[in-house]
Amino acid sequence: MEKPKVLTHKEFSSVRYFLQWEWILLIIFILVNIMNASFSDNYLKFDGLMRASMIFLDKGFIVFPMALVIIMGDIDISVSSTVALSSVVMATVYNAGVPMGLAILICLGVGALCGLINGILVVKFKELAAVIITLSTMTLYRGIAYIILKNQSAGGFPKWFSELSWGFAWKIPYILIVFVFFAAIFTLVLHKTNFGRYVFAIGNNDIATRFSGINVDHIKIIVFTLVGVMASICAIFLSAKMMSTRPNVASGYELDVIAMVVLGGISTAGGKGKMIGVITAVFLLGFLQYGLGLINVQSQIIIIITGLLLILAVAIPNIQEMIKNFNKKREVNL
Amino acid sequence: MKKVLVMVLALSLVLSLFAGCNKDDAEVTDKEVTTTEKEDAQVHAFIFKNTGNPYGEKQMEGFREAIEKEGHTAILKAPENPTVEDQIVIINELIGQGVDSISITGNDFDALQPALEAAMDAGIKVLSADSAVNPASRMTHINQADPELIGRVEVQAAVEMIGGSGQIAVLSATSQASNQNLWIEWMKTELEEGDYADVELVEVVYGDDLRDKSVAETEALLQKYPDLKCIIAPTTVGIAAAGKVITDKGLIGEVMVTGLGLPSEMAEYIENGACPWMYLWNPLDVGYLSGYTAMALVDGTITGALGDTFSAGKLGDFEVIADGEATQVMLGAPYKFEPSNIEEWKTVY
Repeated sequence: MEKPKVLTHKEFSSVRYFLQWEWILLIIFILVNIMNASFSDNYLKFDGLMRASMIFLDKGFIVFPMALVIIMGDIDISVSSTVALSSVVMATVYNAGVPMGLAILICLGVGALCGLINGILVVKFKELAAVIITLSTMTLYRGIAYIILKNQSAGGFPKWFSELSWGFAWKIPYILIVFVFFAAIFTLVLHKTNFGRYVFAIGNNDIATRFSGINVDHIKIIVFTLVGVMASICAIFLSAKMMSTRPNVASGYELDVIAMVVLGGISTAGGKGKMIGVITAVFLLGFLQYGLGLINVQSQIIIIITGLLLILAVAIPNIQEMIKNFNKKREVNL
Repeated sequence: MKKVLVMVLALSLVLSLFAGCNKDDAEVTDKEVTTTEKEDAQVHAFIFKNTGNPYGEKQMEGFREAIEKEGHTAILKAPENPTVEDQIVIINELIGQGVDSISITGNDFDALQPALEAAMDAGIKVLSADSAVNPASRMTHINQADPELIGRVEVQAAVEMIGGSGQIAVLSATSQASNQNLWIEWMKTELEEGDYADVELVEVVYGDDLRDKSVAETEALLQKYPDLKCIIAPTTVGIAAAGKVITDKGLIGEVMVTGLGLPSEMAEYIENGACPWMYLWNPLDVGYLSGYTAMALVDGTITGALGDTFSAGKLGDFEVIADGEATQVMLGAPYKFEPSNIEEWKTVY
């Protein structure tokens, strides 16, 4: 009798390779662009597309660490409140006479602190789900922002500050350059470092990872702190975009960010996903909305279309699984 | 496995068809956009605060009427939620389309400045209507009525309704809404300058122009101040919510409601006595005047400078007047709606 072959790797299959969600996403991305370009002559213009990316990229910064959180099997819904609180603190200290550069550092500090608190609470209260913990800090941070500014807006930032969101370097917006920089760093961290491997390991099996001698709590705290830091970077660009801030700023960003992560193919069950998918999703949603806006589709209908895309993103892996099981069954029956 | 790919492609096609169908909703087609260079085919856009606001819909209707009467194209847009972030997205889409003018009802006085400056840099004429943006962000502003008159008249109405003594409160839109804030300032001035020693303004609350939040804020006011006599709501969403709460709780006659409301929405509460009378201008006219002002700016009839004059169709001639350091166009005085005339107005708007 022939010995069964033991495979150390799955055999490479080009079909399987190109059926990965990231490739499907790329096809959708191209289709969306073809669709947009055929609907409006104004779509395929370099300046217009660059300007559009200037508008939608601010929330894109939170997408990277959020992908890490979701890969670990957790979630952070307090990000929009962290954005509000850190930008409100930045505006308040600037108006109190602190130089703008220092105010920006303070903004980053507030973001990091908000994230750190989330992280510590998540590892200290293991019986509570991260969604509950960040739900309460969401209310807490937003509440503090309201107390500081008393429901008014604050601004008066120096002129150069608006360049962050509205300025170009050789026709490329600064915000896009910064985004690409962070995209590269987070891709390397997730896919090429031990830290990234630990994040996947925690998402696949928290307890086994713990018993392998990896300090799971430590890594969770770092990842949640990263979310806070990136939220405050979003806060800086958002404040520069409006040259002011107010306590109800960025409301609903957490859902947009989570939508981008899920559309990017990060499994909500944890342990699976690629950064490139998430980056594609950011541009896919951004350009889709810009294209639909150019032909003046009503804002409600844009939301519906985005929702349909999300359902597709969540359904595809399940359908793939079903087909796989079906094929296996057929093989057995044969 | 191929099935999956086929399904994705099919779904994408369905999606694109879906998007394609909705092209009819918009007021513009590709052809018209590409011919905007010609004088006879201008594209004028109007951005309101948010969707689902009947007052805003009337403004947009008036704007469209004016623009289409002169044979141009009107684009009417509003974000899902009343936020600056979403209005910036829309402004950018309009820059991308290369429209000739943008008339905007701002969700914030200052925060739209960088976006609207970018629009003006792209050669687009920018004006604000109803709710102003700061002078650096616009070429002129369409003022629906004298803010001083609105503020003072509403306080005088409230004082008359409560017989000269008691607690009153204000239910406003968002805390950043520039027109509401200005009217509230004038209300406070009137309270200080007038002879109202027994009238106390207890609180200004914000319903954010959302129906359920306005209802909740009204209920909170009633609970917090049991002796409250009158609620002034200088916003159409707020006054309707207050009217509903007072009616539902059976407080008609005990707590009065007044302010600015749409006759069609408020007829019920004016007829049942919850709101003895209220004020408003005609939002159709605000939109109509914005339309003619936008066209005059694009034609070069006016530049938004002090003393410019232009003709606004059925509304007659208007002059650009001072608004502090900046300029504005004034529609007229607020109009009083009471039980004797609500019947004829409630079907109009």
